[in-house]
Amino acid sequence: MHHTILEGPLNCLALNRDCSQVVVAGRNVFKIFSIEDQEFQEKVNLRVGRNINLNYSASDVAWNPIQDHLLASAATNGAVVVWDLNRVSRSKQEHVFNNVHKRFVNKVVFHVHESDMLLSGSQDGYMKLFDLRKADVSSSFHGRDGVKDIQYNPSHYFTFAAALENGNIQIWDMRNTSRWERQFTAHNGPVFSLDWHTDEKMWIATAGRDRMIKQQNRVRNTHTVQTIASVAKIKWRPQRKFHISSCSLLLDFSVNVWDIRRPYVPFASFNEHKDCVTGISWKQNNPHVFFSSSKDSTLYQHMFRDATRPANDANPVGISISVHGSVAYASSDKLNSSTTPRSNSYSRLPAVWKRTPERSEQFMMVTSLLNEFEIINSAEAVEDFCMSWFIRSAREYKLSGRSMAEVCEHNAKLADSMKRHQIAQTWRMLKLLYCGKSKKAPPSPVATAINNPKTEVTKDTDAERTEKQEVKKEEKPDTSTVGHGIKNHSDFFFGDGDVDQAVYEYDSHRNMQDGQEWSLPSEAFQPRHEIKETSQPLDPLSENTKGESPSSVNESELNSKRNEQVALSAQSGIKQEILLTPPFNSHLSPWHFTTLVRDMLQSYAEKGDVQTAVTAIIVLGDRIKPHLDELHIEQWFMSYIDLLGRFEMWTRATEIIRMSGHPAVGALNQLSTTIHTHCSQCSKPLLRSGWLCDRCNGQLNVCSVCHLPVRGLYAWCQGCSHGGHLHHIRDWLKTYQHCPTGCGHLCEYT
Amino acid sequence: MDSCWCCPVQELYVDAFLHNNRLEHMVQVMSFHPDYLACFLKTQQYMLRCYGPLPYDYRHFIAIMAAARHQCSYLIGIQTNEFLLQGGDERWLKGLSHIPKKLQDLYELNKIMAHRPWLISRAHIERLTQGNDNWSIAELTHAVVLLAHFHSLASFVYGCGINAELDQSDGHSFESPGNGGGNSGKSPLSRSPHSLTGSSAHEMEGGIEVLMEKMRRLTEEAAAEEVTQEELLKRFERVETLSAELPAASKQAFSPKEDILCYVDDAEFTYQDFAKRGQPTELPTFRAQDYSWEDHGFSLANRLYPDIGTYLDDKFNTAYNLTYFTMGDNTDVDTSSFRRSIWNYIHCMFGIRHDDYDYCEVNQLLERNLKAYVKTVTCFPERVTRRDYDSFMREFKHSEKVHVNLMVLEARMQAELLYALRAINRYMT
Repeated sequence: MHHTILEGPLNCLALNRDCSQVVVAGRNVFKIFSIEDQEFQEKVNLRVGRNINLNYSASDVAWNPIQDHLLASAATNGAVVVWDLNRVSRSKQEHVFNNVHKRFVNKVVFHVHESDMLLSGSQDGYMKLFDLRKADVSSSFHGRDGVKDIQYNPSHYFTFAAALENGNIQIWDMRNTSRWERQFTAHNGPVFSLDWHTDEKMWIATAGRDRMIKQQNRVRNTHTVQTIASVAKIKWRPQRKFHISSCSLLLDFSVNVWDIRRPYVPFASFNEHKDCVTGISWKQNNPHVFFSSSKDSTLYQHMFRDATRPANDANPVGISISVHGSVAYASSDKLNSSTTPRSNSYSRLPAVWKRTPERSEQFMMVTSLLNEFEIINSAEAVEDFCMSWFIRSAREYKLSGRSMAEVCEHNAKLADSMKRHQIAQTWRMLKLLYCGKSKKAPPSPVATAINNPKTEVTKDTDAERTEKQEVKKEEKPDTSTVGHGIKNHSDFFFGDGDVDQAVYEYDSHRNMQDGQEWSLPSEAFQPRHEIKETSQPLDPLSENTKGESPSSVNESELNSKRNEQVALSAQSGIKQEILLTPPFNSHLSPWHFTTLVRDMLQSYAEKGDVQTAVTAIIVLGDRIKPHLDELHIEQWFMSYIDLLGRFEMWTRATEIIRMSGHPAVGALNQLSTTIHTHCSQCSKPLLRSGWLCDRCNGQLNVCSVCHLPVRGLYAWCQGCSHGGHLHHIRDWLKTYQHCPTGCGHLCEYT
Repeated sequence: MDSCWCCPVQELYVDAFLHNNRLEHMVQVMSFHPDYLACFLKTQQYMLRCYGPLPYDYRHFIAIMAAARHQCSYLIGIQTNEFLLQGGDERWLKGLSHIPKKLQDLYELNKIMAHRPWLISRAHIERLTQGNDNWSIAELTHAVVLLAHFHSLASFVYGCGINAELDQSDGHSFESPGNGGGNSGKSPLSRSPHSLTGSSAHEMEGGIEVLMEKMRRLTEEAAAEEVTQEELLKRFERVETLSAELPAASKQAFSPKEDILCYVDDAEFTYQDFAKRGQPTELPTFRAQDYSWEDHGFSLANRLYPDIGTYLDDKFNTAYNLTYFTMGDNTDVDTSSFRRSIWNYIHCMFGIRHDDYDYCEVNQLLERNLKAYVKTVTCFPERVTRRDYDSFMREFKHSEKVHVNLMVLEARMQAELLYALRAINRYMT
């Protein structure tokens, strides 16, 4: 890979017949370089002459495929210029076709087999065929809209395709100038580029502003690649049937090579340029070398071995937990094979099978497995995973309506009843901290509150540890200790990979592992617990509450740090005692516990228990909000609302939104608030407005008192189905009993 | 009105009424061109009331700020109403010092975009998108679209002399017929359309006959001389500089009222000829080919503010391609070169150059009065008078004059957007 820097942005490039020279052109550049092994050597500067005008800058350039000394360029002022490198004078300009096109010319292209035929396509909707022997236009094709790109069909002498601004592709026969042979809509919005496949007849690829690359086979659209930005240029990769290279019009500066059968990730990508790439050209019949020009004024020669492979950097594993406790785990089969140690089973295979497929083929053979696991043999674990505690607390927590002390007490009792003592304690402490003062709390409850956390905490961890071991045992009956369990686990994992590899070698297209894969459902915990390990906060408070939420089930850490943890929890108990002592000793001195409460809420949220954090915020309201980061509050609320949504507790979610008092969260209730009604006469949906029907052409819902349309609340007598503006009906009924329409009904409104 | 296009117009009126709860005079004037009106209403509805990153009150306040740059009390009135209906904070209406810092930050961009869009640089975007309480790129794109829309809409309102709505303060005030100046434009459409094409038509520089003759000649002799780049550049610059030197504005002509001035900061900052911008090396002419709306502008706008590109694209195309093949009383006229020259002339005033256009045509096709009018409407809309409106192309019908104004609206909007989007693009890369 090497490059050269020029003096201005480049618009295009073209290679000569034997790919030994390259011409690049832009607004201020027009040069020919010869391609050497390690560098580009400047051969000719075409921008020379007495008056350099717009004819010397080009938006597109083409090299004659037969006569190596002929070049053609499209100028932005609408001229088509032919250059002859054999001219003896300094200026190589051979002929300028002025005033052939009314608007700028987008594309010039030579015929594949005829050196004297040059075709140009312009914004004015015309394509002109020039005969260079006569130096004149020999025929003209009208495409009815701006022509962005033209390409001769390499396998068909008379056919060329044109890409139009209105999204159409036209296939023309050169012998018929009056009308195109075939036209089809390829894109929504302008088509910027098209390319015929060199080997596959009638394969054509198009790309446009709608960020798609499409491959069409006669009329059928067979493959579509969605890119991230409008596509400026595309080019098939020679000798690779399914590979196509593309560059973007703006914002994305890389050249991507796609395998059209795998449209979501580029096969290879080249990220050398620092501004938009404007031209790509492959070395003829060499799939490993190509050239690119860019707005950053550089010309690059890329070697395929320098490419980055985005697919290799993609995360091969995905995992998700459903609300009902089952775990979905997806992984690439490559992962299994690559982690497989070269075991003896492999070498036992006959040599014939050892041939590994080519890289590009490997790229396409990627498959992934999706497994779903359910916990079946441990009722408690299921309980934990179903998050029944979450549902129950979400339903029954009191958040407003009563005094804070009562609310806290209620929530604490609720937590207690679900054996979530830590949470219960939290609620009690909140009550104590924020409501205690006014009551002049007697020392005894405080004392218990102090003692409680300590005992509670230590007990909690102990209980929890045993509980967890139980869970562990239930899940993996074959392992006695956790440490072993993990080891065994990974062994099994690799072993399984082995089998997989063998299968893979025998028949690469079939995938037989689904059924046999996993017998132990608990295996699924493996990757998850790795993730947790890194994100585990290590402050004492969070250690205490471990096990309260299922997301913190973390065997290995528990195992390795068991001793440590006991020490820690004891420590934290002491800490809490110290912190809680002052109000006990002298409840007169103010104690700034808000930071502590804030830390506590944060640690709850970070552990995954946003419920406690959010409910506490709602209950505490302004007592805590100013001390918390707005962004955090928003995140917690959003994730809690999201969780409620997953459990289909919509009403609860709405209540939370309403009570949030946070502008961004509150805005959730303002979204999609429109309800469309149907016309009462013809049942046509009223899309434009609630009181006007397009079909009946009349106003609906007319008030029977004032005869004007009702746009808001419509009061309705269910007996005679007449009614009108709420306040009009109310006024009417003050004096009359009959219906205002005079239908004689004695209207009843409740 | 012909009955054949009456029905679509009625449909559109219904739409407009449902959107705005009123049928604005502006919409009534635009209904000369129903195709365009349809696009216009859709676009305006979309950017003011449909999905978008900005809150509704912000959108209307940005509209007020934009309209205030041209002291357009008509638009300010309408948008103030809307602003209050959307639950906007009444205190904001006291003036720029009472609005949130975020909106205040936008004012600089508003000012530059309105008068000298070529000065917009990466740095402006950077300043807005960084720091506390910053603009996100999507919000900024939305704001930029709104600004451009209302700047150019102000041009249209002045250019056609739209009457104030009935419920606005001067909506039903009496004005003596002789006093046709100032910025209290009277609707020209209340008079019979042919009262203008009297005997005075021929004292003009030529009238339609001559114009059509010129257009015909231009297409015929297209293949004539070869012009060097210097010559073309000179022509572009000549159009740029000679672009109808406007008489210095009489100071008392526009004395904006108190209630508008509170939205205006740095009122002295007005349009200045692009040619007089100082160092041409630092601010080169904008090459339409290097950053075009169809390719780059559209892609960027649509990416940052979904669907707006499609709406605007429709609107631009409709305005650019709108023609009934008539000119005055003549039918079957190919007006494309005339329309293109107006469009490119407006772009030229903002320093946007189309390589494939010979700017000679501008001088040949546009008579001096028309040029003066177009320039006033584009750059100093608040100075347009009834006399300006009457005196250009006297044989044009009202619908054609409105057409010219629509072209001003769209070409100006596109020019502002191109500069702003290019700056955003540069910031993002």
